[in-house]
Amino acid sequence: MPEPSVPDSETPGTESRSVGATIELEGLTKRYPGSALPAVDSVTLDIGAGETVILVGPSGCGKSTLLKMINRLIEPTGGRIRIGGDDVTDMDPVRLRRTIGYAIQASGLFPHMTVAQNIALVPKMLRWPAARVRARVEEMLDLVGLDPGEFHGRYPRQLSGGQQQRVGVARALAADPPVLLMDEPFGAVDPITRDHLQDELIRLQRELHKTIVFVTHDFDEAIKIGDRIAVLRERSHIAQFDTPEAILTNPADDFVSGFVGAGAALKRLNLTRVRDVGITDYPTVNVDDPLQHIFNKLRSGGTNEVLLLDKRGRPYKWLRRGDMMRAKGSLARAGTLVHDTVTRDATLRDALEAVLTDNTGRVAVTGRRGAYEGVVDVETLMNSVHELLEADRLEARGAQADLQEQRAAQTQAEQEGFGGEAKA
Amino acid sequence: MNFWEYLESRHQQLLIDAYQHASVVFQCMVVATVLGVLIGVVTYRSEWAGNLATTATATLLTIPALAMIGLLIPVVGLGVPPTVIALTLYGLLPIVRNSIVGLRGVDPSLVDAAMGIGMSRPARLARVELPLAWPPILTGIRVSTQMLMGIAAIAAYASGPGLGNLIFRGIASLGSKNALNQVLAGTLGIIVLALLFDAAYVLIGRLTIPRGIRA
Repeated sequence: MPEPSVPDSETPGTESRSVGATIELEGLTKRYPGSALPAVDSVTLDIGAGETVILVGPSGCGKSTLLKMINRLIEPTGGRIRIGGDDVTDMDPVRLRRTIGYAIQASGLFPHMTVAQNIALVPKMLRWPAARVRARVEEMLDLVGLDPGEFHGRYPRQLSGGQQQRVGVARALAADPPVLLMDEPFGAVDPITRDHLQDELIRLQRELHKTIVFVTHDFDEAIKIGDRIAVLRERSHIAQFDTPEAILTNPADDFVSGFVGAGAALKRLNLTRVRDVGITDYPTVNVDDPLQHIFNKLRSGGTNEVLLLDKRGRPYKWLRRGDMMRAKGSLARAGTLVHDTVTRDATLRDALEAVLTDNTGRVAVTGRRGAYEGVVDVETLMNSVHELLEADRLEARGAQADLQEQRAAQTQAEQEGFGGEAKA
Repeated sequence: MNFWEYLESRHQQLLIDAYQHASVVFQCMVVATVLGVLIGVVTYRSEWAGNLATTATATLLTIPALAMIGLLIPVVGLGVPPTVIALTLYGLLPIVRNSIVGLRGVDPSLVDAAMGIGMSRPARLARVELPLAWPPILTGIRVSTQMLMGIAAIAAYASGPGLGNLIFRGIASLGSKNALNQVLAGTLGIIVLALLFDAAYVLIGRLTIPRGIRA
């Protein structure tokens, strides 16, 4: 059965990167036979190209059903779906799904296939030439931060939960689809791994600019990842569809504010990322450096400490001046291990957390494969939090002023009756 | 003539009987496997169809082997045909049941994932569901083979091939000097064949069950 080719991802040799496509849902409805009320009731949603939209809501609100209607794993009973402007409501669902990435909870990797075979599935179904599939698998593993040589031939059960999830994302992105659907993908991993995966996804999205629709019941996850958030109530009615900032500072109604929960000010810290506050450079040495060089660096540098990097350039230990003396010149015992690092995409909340738990008062920022890029210290964080809150306050005051003006105008209009309207 | 002398003098005939026994069991297993898995694939998704298939094959198994072959003789005659038909029918139950259980046991989230990444229905079956259900199906095939080894002996009643002939001849001439040797040779031959087949299945399991799901 020859597959009709998808033009933008079929030219061999060129690493075409398809960027996001728009998704328009128009009056999308799912009604199960035998139940009086529809599971999803006439949802209309416009999602821009390259945007990350989070569907968030209590369990049973139909958010997963809504997501699965986009790639028609669940056939809608009413309404239209347009992707990139094309109506796909009546397209062959198997063909449609090959052009839409799909990642689910607990990774959904096939246990009887190796990591490489799992990732290669969709490109192979699209009849990519073998050499290109192979290259693509390596590229995808690299993209999600797994060493291709090491992970290529492994089976899913030989991976940790977080690694499985990364492979799941790699498989979803392998055929370079413009749209990626994610159904509570990080729901089954531990909180620390989840945090890393979220950071990773944000970094990926910055590189790839796909259109991502992401379902979660965790509001903190939603504000961390989303460009816009659709808060859904029962039957997928949209309670509010707006940016995280707007939802936090200006929830539409009691349902939304109830869902946002307490601690909106702290949650605000989730909305700003380390890359936004400025990373400072810090003196570093490498484990391979001669000891004399390290001594010189400690003595000449303006700081009390230097950061020791391991062979692959990853932060390893903080070295103080005294440490070297006490450890009698042996690096193995000197210094304190680096507990925690953050990426540029980590939120200020994560960074603050890391700074507070590390007694050095700063945290190392890392890039791809954990390589050192700079540090963020506590003063930088305090200053930016201060500025942030100040800006929010100003904005809120502005919004309040607008509101009052509106009210005043309304009252005036009411007082003046029809006359006021005529004049206006 | 003691047992060893008997074996020595008749080894030619014994080998032919053993070969025919193995051959008929093997051929019936191939047919039963194809049919059984097919029935499993067709019925596993529907609650009642799956149960119907299991119950029907289980009912077949309750018919005494002698009666089944006896009933088949007037329809298809003597010799190979009633043997093959009876053995195939008896072999179905473990395979059908394990196919259905195996296919139903595939994690629904994996089926969802397979659909979500754009696998067509046949591709899903061939590349995801059947490979994951293969270990229990293979177990069914193994159980089935051991059962057929014994049942095939009864085929001699309908002048069928195999080691059953020795046993029947021995029983018919009890008291004569070679009667016991004949029964013993037939029985031991069947046990040895069953063990050889089982060893072969262990090897097939090693070769065909992917490393990622091997226990």
